[in-house]
Amino acid sequence: MNGLLIGAYYLLVALGLSLIFSLGGIVNLAHGAFYAIGAYLAVVLTPQIGFGGAFVASPILVGLLGLIIERFLLRRFYRGDPIYGLLLTFGLAMVAEQTLRMIFGAAPVPFSIPQELRGQVFLGDFIYPRYRLMILGVAAACVLGLWLLLQRTYFGRVVRAGVQSPDMVAALGISLKPYMTAVVVIAVGLAALAGVMLAPITGVHPAMGAEILTFAFVVVVIGGLGSFWGVVTAAVIVGVVRGLAAYYVPAATEASIYMLMVLVLLLRPRGLFGERIARFE
Amino acid sequence: MSETSLSRRTLLQGTAAGAAAAVLGMPAISYGQTDAIRIGHLTPRTGFLGPLGEFAVQAAQLAAEQVNAAGGIMGRPLELIIEDSVNPQTGSAKAERLVQRERVTCIVGEISSATALAIAQVVQREKALFVNTGANSDALRGSDCQRFMFHIEGQNSMYVKTVGRSLLRDGMVRGKKWHALTADYAFGHDLLRVATRFAQENGTQIAASDLVPTDLTDFSPLLLKIRQSRPDVVICNLAGNQITNFLKQYAEYGLRFPVAGFGFDTALAWGAGKGNFGGIWPVVWHHLVDTPASKKFVADFSKRWNRPPENQAWGDYCAIKIIAQSMNEIRSTEGIKLVEHFEKGAKFDILKPRQGYFRQRDHQMMMEMYAITALPADKVRNQWDLFTSSPPVPGPDESLEAIAATPEENTCTFRT
Repeated sequence: MNGLLIGAYYLLVALGLSLIFSLGGIVNLAHGAFYAIGAYLAVVLTPQIGFGGAFVASPILVGLLGLIIERFLLRRFYRGDPIYGLLLTFGLAMVAEQTLRMIFGAAPVPFSIPQELRGQVFLGDFIYPRYRLMILGVAAACVLGLWLLLQRTYFGRVVRAGVQSPDMVAALGISLKPYMTAVVVIAVGLAALAGVMLAPITGVHPAMGAEILTFAFVVVVIGGLGSFWGVVTAAVIVGVVRGLAAYYVPAATEASIYMLMVLVLLLRPRGLFGERIARFE
Repeated sequence: MSETSLSRRTLLQGTAAGAAAAVLGMPAISYGQTDAIRIGHLTPRTGFLGPLGEFAVQAAQLAAEQVNAAGGIMGRPLELIIEDSVNPQTGSAKAERLVQRERVTCIVGEISSATALAIAQVVQREKALFVNTGANSDALRGSDCQRFMFHIEGQNSMYVKTVGRSLLRDGMVRGKKWHALTADYAFGHDLLRVATRFAQENGTQIAASDLVPTDLTDFSPLLLKIRQSRPDVVICNLAGNQITNFLKQYAEYGLRFPVAGFGFDTALAWGAGKGNFGGIWPVVWHHLVDTPASKKFVADFSKRWNRPPENQAWGDYCAIKIIAQSMNEIRSTEGIKLVEHFEKGAKFDILKPRQGYFRQRDHQMMMEMYAITALPADKVRNQWDLFTSSPPVPGPDESLEAIAATPEENTCTFRT
């Protein structure tokens, strides 16, 4: 249960990362930056429109930022050598982190859980803050919504087809461009949502994006490329392993998930539920 | 399939974007002058100690501006060369470059005990002065001490003994059960050793002790563990962003065991915010210290940087001032001359009631320290004044050495 809570930390960021990579072929190193921007927006907006308002507004604003970046930058790199996409997003991440540092300073910015969401639930020896249960609920709702969107709608069918065979989709007379834009907006919006939700319980500082990105990558690698449930499962497994390690051998907390990743890659090089995607082979 | 070729327009757009990024991303950091006296400022500006490094840089810049406004050093301007030390390997390489290529007269800064150790080896080889402004580990003043390294930052023993007095007074030590969390790197290991010695001397049982990786952001498993071990006091020997994360999540989980720590930086309390910040902690200085010089520093810093200085700012500010003052007094910028001047016990105003001096035996600044106690949320007036402070420790009638490590606790032999 505690592992679930930790897993929910990375889930929303990892899902977006996986989506952008599977459809666009871009490893978005700037994904953590959107998470950080989401958190900072929450800090800025909350005094004006309350935490609830920021909860809605911040992902939308970051989604719009994603729209602009996709339209003017990312779009140029979908078919190119992946290394250019890597360089671009790596640069974007640095620009974003440095900009946050210049505006807000390197020191963590204070931000707390809103009064009405505080409190704890006790279950035997375990204790769950109400706020974390809310995070879990929102993350679960996002996963379900995204799954329905991808499986049950026309939009989802085009995106899934685009992942497997973009040329065939083009041959059918469907332009993938607007779909890609939508996918990026959704993906960075989810990252921003994660940023808003985690801002009250972790330090809000410029490097927070880089911090979470590493773990999100591990989750995507373990889960397997292009696999929706693979990422979800991996997030839960990583959460549980990390939780157990932090409990029993705290010093090995960070090492534990990398060991898990090595193990999974040795046994299943495509990740737990990785699909075979012809163009990435 | 669409083919993208590099058009002239694309190239122009790219160049413009690149130029804009260069202007935004890299503000000029040195004020080049040929006859200037150069001081290298080397401290972590990124990573989990980055928030403290930023205060350090701002304070060093303020001090340099004030030194220059007052006529510089021997009539020549002071020029700061500012670098991000990142980690021990990079820190050591940059220290070498600062001394050999940039020809700095001395190096000021550092926060990480691991990096300070690496820099110390470079300055000893190059015979350049290094004033450590933020690394606490006793080993740097003991087994790893170097003749060219001086410490304006307090040592772990001083921190432990300062806050130890408050803990003893509040009945949190004798016969009590502690659960210790320790940052898993050089500083933490050293602090745990000193804290354990204090616990043993005072009849405290360290019932549980966990090493915490420096980049851990989620403390929930450890918080569950603390709840199950039911300690009398939670001892938090963490560092940097770890402390902010810990404080926020400790409040989130609603745990009520008293919290205390043996190392602290006020920026991390500010980052946690009122209601989340709790416990008793030692600091080398804080922005509420009531001396005229301290108040002037707080006012100048707040005016220059739009926020009050925290204790890391104090260290770098005083270090630059002390070096400038000493160079002016001895009319020399040579490393060994400065070392000899400091070793003779020269006294310095360090914004506290009593003047401080570098102890000859281990090059530690002998000075007063403070224990701060978090205010309850309803007593907090603004986002900065989150705590009340003890009077200076040691008291006015005690020797300044009362809180420092004794020769038996920490032995330093300078190699020549």
